[in-house]
Amino acid sequence: MFGPLISKAATAKANKTGSWRVEVKPKFLQKDCIACKMCVLICPEACVSGEAKNTYLCDYEFCKGCGNCAAICPKKDISMVKEEEK
Amino acid sequence: MAQENGHLFSSGHTACAGCGQAIAARLVVDVTGKNTIIANNTGCLEVFSTKYPESAWGVPWIHSLFENAAAVASGIEAALKFLGQKEKTTVICQAGDGGTADIGLQALSGMWERGHDILSICYDNEAYMNTGVQRSGLTPFETSTSTTPVGKQSLGNPRPKKPMPEIAVAHGVAYVATASSGYPQDIQKKIKKAISIKGPKYIQIHVPCPLGWRHDSELTYDIAKLAVETGLYPLIEYENGKLTAVRKLSKIKPVEEYLKFQGRFKHIINSPEQIKQIQAIADYNIERYGLRPEPVNPSAPQPVNTQTKV
Ligand SMILES: Cc1ncc(C[n+]2csc(CCOP(=O)(O)OP(=O)(O)O)c2C)c(N)n1
Ligand code: SF4
Ligand code: SF4
Ligand SMILES: [Mg+2]
Repeated sequence: MFGPLISKAATAKANKTGSWRVEVKPKFLQKDCIACKMCVLICPEACVSGEAKNTYLCDYEFCKGCGNCAAICPKKDISMVKEEEK
Repeated sequence: MAQENGHLFSSGHTACAGCGQAIAARLVVDVTGKNTIIANNTGCLEVFSTKYPESAWGVPWIHSLFENAAAVASGIEAALKFLGQKEKTTVICQAGDGGTADIGLQALSGMWERGHDILSICYDNEAYMNTGVQRSGLTPFETSTSTTPVGKQSLGNPRPKKPMPEIAVAHGVAYVATASSGYPQDIQKKIKKAISIKGPKYIQIHVPCPLGWRHDSELTYDIAKLAVETGLYPLIEYENGKLTAVRKLSKIKPVEEYLKFQGRFKHIINSPEQIKQIQAIADYNIERYGLRPEPVNPSAPQPVNTQTKV
């Protein structure tokens, strides 16, 4: 009980924190993206990825819908939309 | 162990949506890389990254007590030296503002004084967030917290922020810097610089906490930037005791711009007298660190190497 507790690396991925989202989710428009990677750098959930222009996406299994990727995007190419929107 | 998407701090941690500390912690470990060992004080970062039996970390990471990460990190560094493996390993000692400036300060002071080759990071969300927003030594002047509530007898926290960067400088810490989750590339640049320097390093990163600061989650980025742009959180670097660089402010914003989005400052926004006091703190920082774009007096001795604002 009081011995050292040891966990395996990156096992937090078992928590699908996408279920925390309320009302809004980011939509990556993939129109004016310049691949600056600012959305990757700011996402608190480490769930945005992409390489070339207009390829950036987030993993909705983990995205908490915080909105900071949309706030930082210099091209306004990410917008927060209603959860039901496609 | 690297993650599929290349991060050493993984998705699935349980920080609040929009947590500035979660942004900064990932930026730090992604730069130091897989040959990193982290000792973490107690606090939100420790709790939200290691909900037993899970861990968000892709590198060896240890938590022992609230106050002792610096002692644990010192032992790790000494052992690596003995084994001849220090050269290829970065040791990080990290904590919140409470863990750094108050409860862990004794162990940290010893670690600095002994000259260990360790990078200390303070994730400064300006209160003891994990236990419900109690005031710390790094809580700003007149902030409303659960232990400095606003009322007839109180205007909020009666004390200014403890000068932690200067306390580190006074210990002879080779590289001391402040950073902000509103400037992610600047954080990574400073971490890179820090690990290129041998000996103790201290980086204090301003990390908004939507829960404790009472702001909307999507404002984390903007609020962090505003703290810098008003002069309330100057981004500075000290090398070997000298102020070597500051982030110049191209347009200095009034402090209200920063205060108005945060519930913890709601009482100040309606009080011109208190706004004046907060503005005086920003003005002091602007003069002290030379944050204006142009020097006020061109014949005065210049601070060295001032970098220009991006
Ligand atoms: C010796 C001790 N005292 C108190 C606590 C309770 N405690 C746990 S986390 C915490 C707050 C940590 O604040 P800070 O270091 O600023 O980190 P934050 O949670 O704000 O990121 C406190 C008081 C503890 N775990 N151990
Ligand atoms: S909304 Fe927040 S959690 Fe979701 S992808 Fe954007 S930054 Fe990440
Ligand atoms: S309480 Fe604040 S510091 Fe803690 S996880 Fe939430 S946002 Fe982050
Ligand atoms: Mg704190």
